[in-house]
Amino acid sequence: MAEKILMKGNEAIAYAAINCGCDGYFGYPITPQSEVMETLMKEKPWETTGMVVLQAESETSSINMVYGGACCGKKVMTSSSSPGISLMCEGISYLAGAELPCLVVNVMRGGPGLGTIQPSQGDYFQTTKGGGHGDYRNIVLAPASAQDMYDFVDLGFELAFKYRNPAIILGDGVIGQMMEKVELRPAKARRTDEEIKKLCASWATIGKTADRKANTITSLALEADVQERFNIKLQKKYAEIEANEVRYSTYKTEDAEHLIVAFGCMSRICENVVELAREQGIKLGLLRPITLFPYPKAAIDALVPQLKSIMSVELNAGQMIEDIRLISNGRVPVNFYGRQGGMVPSPEEIFEAFIKTIK
Amino acid sequence: MKEEIIIAGFGGQGVLSMGKILAYGGIMQDQEVTWMPSYGPEMRGGTCNVSVILSDNKISSPILSRFDTAIILNQQSMDKFENQVKPGGLLIYDPNGITRHPQRKDITICRIAAVDEAAKLGNAKAYNMIILGAFLKKKPIVTMENVLKGLKKSLPVRHHNLIPMNEQAITVGMNAVEDI
Amino acid sequence: MDIKDIIKPENKVYGKTPLLKDAILHYCPGCSHGTVHKIIAEIIEEMGIQDRTIGISPVGCSVFAYNYLDIDWQQAAHGRAPALATATKRLMPDKYVFTYQGDGDLASIGTAEIMHACNRGENIVVIFINNAIYGMTGGQMAPTTLLGQVTATTPYGRQADLNGYPLKITELIAQLEGTCYVTRQSVQNPAAVRKTKKAIRKAFENSMMKKGTSFVEVVSTCNSGWKIPPVQANKWMEENMFPFYPLGDMKDR
Repeated sequence: MAEKILMKGNEAIAYAAINCGCDGYFGYPITPQSEVMETLMKEKPWETTGMVVLQAESETSSINMVYGGACCGKKVMTSSSSPGISLMCEGISYLAGAELPCLVVNVMRGGPGLGTIQPSQGDYFQTTKGGGHGDYRNIVLAPASAQDMYDFVDLGFELAFKYRNPAIILGDGVIGQMMEKVELRPAKARRTDEEIKKLCASWATIGKTADRKANTITSLALEADVQERFNIKLQKKYAEIEANEVRYSTYKTEDAEHLIVAFGCMSRICENVVELAREQGIKLGLLRPITLFPYPKAAIDALVPQLKSIMSVELNAGQMIEDIRLISNGRVPVNFYGRQGGMVPSPEEIFEAFIKTIK
Repeated sequence: MKEEIIIAGFGGQGVLSMGKILAYGGIMQDQEVTWMPSYGPEMRGGTCNVSVILSDNKISSPILSRFDTAIILNQQSMDKFENQVKPGGLLIYDPNGITRHPQRKDITICRIAAVDEAAKLGNAKAYNMIILGAFLKKKPIVTMENVLKGLKKSLPVRHHNLIPMNEQAITVGMNAVEDI
Repeated sequence: MDIKDIIKPENKVYGKTPLLKDAILHYCPGCSHGTVHKIIAEIIEEMGIQDRTIGISPVGCSVFAYNYLDIDWQQAAHGRAPALATATKRLMPDKYVFTYQGDGDLASIGTAEIMHACNRGENIVVIFINNAIYGMTGGQMAPTTLLGQVTATTPYGRQADLNGYPLKITELIAQLEGTCYVTRQSVQNPAAVRKTKKAIRKAFENSMMKKGTSFVEVVSTCNSGWKIPPVQANKWMEENMFPFYPLGDMKDR
C-alpha cells in the first residue's frame, strides 16, 4: 500500500508538483497559500528532479515567468490567492491567447479588494468566465480534499498539455489549510529535452533547428479577420473540452427530490446536510461539480425532471447559481444559500436554510 | 467510531501540534482524519484553535459547529466553545487563567492543571502532551503506541530524542486529570 | 565585365546574414531598430548559435522583431520580457536568451521586472532601445523623454514639476550587484555600429559564463516620433541625448 502522509492541501500541491515531474514553480507569498512555495523551498527539488523554484518579485512577474517557461514546452506552474490571481489575470489571458499549457493554483480568500484571509469561493466568476480580457476559458478543477489538491496537479498538467490551455485548480482556504492524509502516487520523471522536442517542437521556443521554421509564440494579430479566425478556433477547442472533460460526483441523487449543488469544501459540508435531511425523511441529494469549466450541465439537466428544488450553496453572494439557473431554465426553483467574506457555514446552518426554501 | 474535537487556546501553547499528533495517531490506526486550524488574524499572537476529526469512515464536513470533545486552554475559548459541546460530550480545561468556570450540567467536565504539572516536570514544552494525556485517559481513542508512532511522524528526525519525554508527559496528564 | 562576373562569389564584398529574414521591415526609414536587428542577427550567425538562441520581444515598435530574425521568439506582455527570460534561461540554461525592449516597456511599465531580473543576476542579455519617446502609440512621453522635449502628451515640452524627470535607468541598473556588464551605445554611424556590435557580442558571450546580467542600452532615434528627418534626428540625438545619456561602459566585470 502506498504511503499515506498527513499534510495540508497547500503542502500537497508542492509535493505533487515535485512528484509529477513539474519543471518549474514561480510564485509570490500570499496567505492562505504560502505553504506551497515554503514546502518547495524546504524540499529543494532542484537537487533531486532538477525542478526550478523561484520566488518572483510579484504575481505579475510570476505569471509571466510561467508564460516564458510554458513557451519552452515545460511543465510550469504558479500558485496564489484571490488578490494575487487578479494581478495574474492579464498573464492568464496571454497564456490562453498564445495557447500555452500551464497550471495555476488559486487558494481563494474573501474579497473584494484586499478582503480577508479566510476561505471564500468568490472567484468563481473570475475563474470560470475568464478573468482577464478577451474570449477565453480556463480548465477549472475544484478540489475538495488534500488528496484532490495532490491529484489535480498531475491531472491539471495533463489537461493543460492535451489542450494547450491554462488549467486552474480552484481551491479555498479550507482545502489549503486543512490537513488530511494523502496517498502518494508513483513518481513521474521530468520530461527529457528529447521528449519535449517530440511533444512540442511544432510550437515551443526550444531553439530553431535547420529542419524546421522558427517558432514564434505570440497572442498578437493586428488584422481583425485573422484574430476572428483564431478566436473561432479557440471556441472549437473549448467545445471539445466541454464534450470530453466534464467531471462531477453525486451523493444520494438516485431518489432525490431536492438537490444541493456545491463545489470544493462546500460539497464536503453539504454531504452532512444531506444526512441531516435524510434523518428527517427528506430526499435530498448532492451534486459536486469537480470541473467548473467544463461545467456538468448534462448531469444537472438529467436530474431536473425528478426534482422539486435545487439549492446552490457557495461561499459567495451567488455566482455558480447563474449556471444552474441556465440549465434549469425555469423548470424547477433554484435557491441559494451562501456566506461571504470568509465566513464558513456549518452543516446545521445550511440545513436550516434549506428547510426554509422547501416549506 | 467518530470523534470530533476542538482544541482551543493561545498561540504558543502547542494547540496545533497537539492536534497534529492526535491526527497522526489516527492515521497510524488506519482511520480517516482531518485537522482544520483557525488561521485568521487571531493566529498572530492571539487565540488559536484546531478542529480534529478521527473517524473509521470517510469524513464529510471538516467544518463543525458542535463537538464531541472541547479541550479549552484559555478564557476566550471557554466563552466561545463551552456551548458547542454536544450534550453528553466532554469538556477538558486547564483552570490556569480561567475566571469563569464551565457551567454546563449535560456534559462531562474535567480539569487538568497542566501548567502546574509542566512546572513540576520542569519542562514548559511538555504542556500540550500533558493535556493530550488527560484527553486520552478520558477517551482512549488512540493507543499510546499509535500516539508515539504519530509523534515520530510529525517530529523532525533531529527531535526524535524528545519522544521519551513526551511519553512521560502524556502519562503525567493521564494521572493528573480530575473529574468535576 | 558583365553582371555574371560581378555576382561571382569571389567578387562578393557584402552579404546580408541569412539570420535576417527577407520580410520587409515595418520600421520607419531612419529608425535605429533595423540596424540593431541586423547587429544581433550577425552576431547569432557568427557565433553559430541560431539553434540555441531564444529572443523575447516587447510591446512597442519592436513587438514584431520576430518577423525579422530567424530564431525562436516569445512575445511578451508589456514590460514583462525579463520575467519570461528569467524562466526560459533557468529552465534551459544551455540557451542564449535575450530580451529586446524599448524605453516604455523597460523603463516604465516593466521597471519592476527589469530591476529584479538584473538584481537576481539572471544570465541573460538585455538590449534596451532608448529613443526617448513612445513610437508605436504615436509619439507620447517616455520615461526617458528629455526635459523640454515635445511629445504628444507633453505638447509644451516635458516639465519636471508636471511630468517628473527623465529616468537614467541604465545608471540604476549598473548599481545592481547582479549585473556584470552595463554599457550605453548608439548606432548613428559606422563607428558607433561597430562599437555596439562589439558590446552586444560581449553580452552574448557573458551569458554562458554565469557572470550575471549583461545590459546594453542603445541610444536611438525616432524621426517619426520626434518629427524630424533622419539626418537631423541623428544630429538632435548627438546634441541633446548624448549629454544627458553619455555613451560608454558603466560596468564590466
